[in-house]
Amino acid sequence: MKEGEQLNLYNISAAPHIRDDVTTASIMGDVCLALMPSVFFGIVHFGVRAMFIIIISLATCVLSEYVYELLMKKKNTTNDLSAVVTGLLLALNLPPGVPCFIPFLGGIFAIIVVKQLFGGLGKNFMNPALAARCFLLISFAGIMTDFKTGEMMWDGSFLKGADAVSGATPLACLKEGESLHIPSMFLGIIPGCIGETCLPAIFCGAVFLKMRNVISFKIPVSYIVSFSVIVYAYGIFCGKGSGLSFVTAHLLGGGLMFGAFFMATDYVTSPVTDSGRFIFGVLLGILTAVFRLRGSQAEGVSYAILCGNMVVPLIEKITMPVPFGREKRKYGKTQN
Amino acid sequence: MLMLGMCPTLAVTSRAGNGLGMGLSTTVVLIFSNACISMLRKVIPKGVRIPAYIVIAASFVTVIDLVMQAWFRGLYQALGVYIPLIVVNCIILGRAEAYAKDHAVLLSVFDGIGMGLGFTAGLTLISILREIAGCGTVFGFDFNKRFFDGRYTPVSIFTMAPGAFFVLAFLCAFIRCKKGNSKGTGSFACMNTDCGKCRRCKGKQ
Repeated sequence: MKEGEQLNLYNISAAPHIRDDVTTASIMGDVCLALMPSVFFGIVHFGVRAMFIIIISLATCVLSEYVYELLMKKKNTTNDLSAVVTGLLLALNLPPGVPCFIPFLGGIFAIIVVKQLFGGLGKNFMNPALAARCFLLISFAGIMTDFKTGEMMWDGSFLKGADAVSGATPLACLKEGESLHIPSMFLGIIPGCIGETCLPAIFCGAVFLKMRNVISFKIPVSYIVSFSVIVYAYGIFCGKGSGLSFVTAHLLGGGLMFGAFFMATDYVTSPVTDSGRFIFGVLLGILTAVFRLRGSQAEGVSYAILCGNMVVPLIEKITMPVPFGREKRKYGKTQN
Repeated sequence: MLMLGMCPTLAVTSRAGNGLGMGLSTTVVLIFSNACISMLRKVIPKGVRIPAYIVIAASFVTVIDLVMQAWFRGLYQALGVYIPLIVVNCIILGRAEAYAKDHAVLLSVFDGIGMGLGFTAGLTLISILREIAGCGTVFGFDFNKRFFDGRYTPVSIFTMAPGAFFVLAFLCAFIRCKKGNSKGTGSFACMNTDCGKCRRCKGKQ
């Protein structure tokens, strides 16, 4: 018997010892299930093309993880489903009309560059799916902001009136100062990325994750509330229409809800402490509002979450709880 | 692997021609400054040697700057402020400090040629890769239109700063990997303190 094998016989760790059935695979499986309503709605709403994009993205992510680990002689981790989640999230963040090489390139970038090169699951410093989306957004700005699909099954015309169908997302319309139809935005019958348009589907998934104790609502709630407050204040002080409808349109119009519940709550790239989560959410809210209201692009959720991911180590450092019995260190002073 | 002069590497290598031009002009400056510093190595006082090196390098950079302005107008405009910035390129000072200040003139000249050509090769390689990925061209030759009918969609992130980091990182990883395999000993100290393969660990044993 080799040395290494002997070590594995005894699992020595410090107290407390908690036994639990939760594994990475079970958590990732729950996230996959929670994404299913959005996937289903995306396919119904945007047509078969959306399904192909989701399949390509999934297959690329899983395959590139498998191939990379095979080549680098690492342990095969495709069974923990994290690559599946990355693939789903990436596909749901793409416009439905993109050519096939977009999810393919994005999947490779997400898994190999953002995740595996930094050491695999748990060591990626930013959300792989979002990083890939931003990579694509910077590289193919034209393709990635083109939301004309031509084959939308429900184009929302029965809600808005026949001539109201356009290829611009609600956020782009907002930027141009057009008015919007709130109910169709809530139901998701609008142009947008595959998974981000339908609010009921996102809420279903989020409530399921909450019930299974996979995510806490601290990040999403603080994110959405801080974002709303800033946008509301901006609406009043800068005269962008009557406050509330402006806020509602911003909340429902883009990837905010999807990002808040599925992206910002990613375990690896969000703080573990409770107060840290609160700070993280508020930071995301501020950044998203700034990017959307003052930035050159209509959407700012993905950049905001990536920027937030960068400061997570700092947030954790300042919010780390002090073990019982130790003195709290605070700017050189000691607390009694 | 020497990691010197990264500033122009990342800034100007979005086109192969720029990378080559930058590399060659740095080479010329490096050769002359090495020769000059080596000639004056007994005259320059120890205490003020760095300012003296910079003055010498700056005069050659000015020469190159004016020459390019006169004869290579397009390249001069493409490289812009990075030509004067050769003065503070780490390679110039690094080689002066590490080699030219205590070696003979001829040796220093050859050191300048070798270092400069290596730098040029590196810059050109990075810029060729970036131009292929980011524009679909090589040295301005549009192979995308010629061979692929324009069907290749350029990944424009490669012409921007992040693309430079990607290419540089992948090239470094590739070189490290190749070096480690061919000799059986990595040229770098490993993170693991007792691998028994890298130089540091071998020294310990």
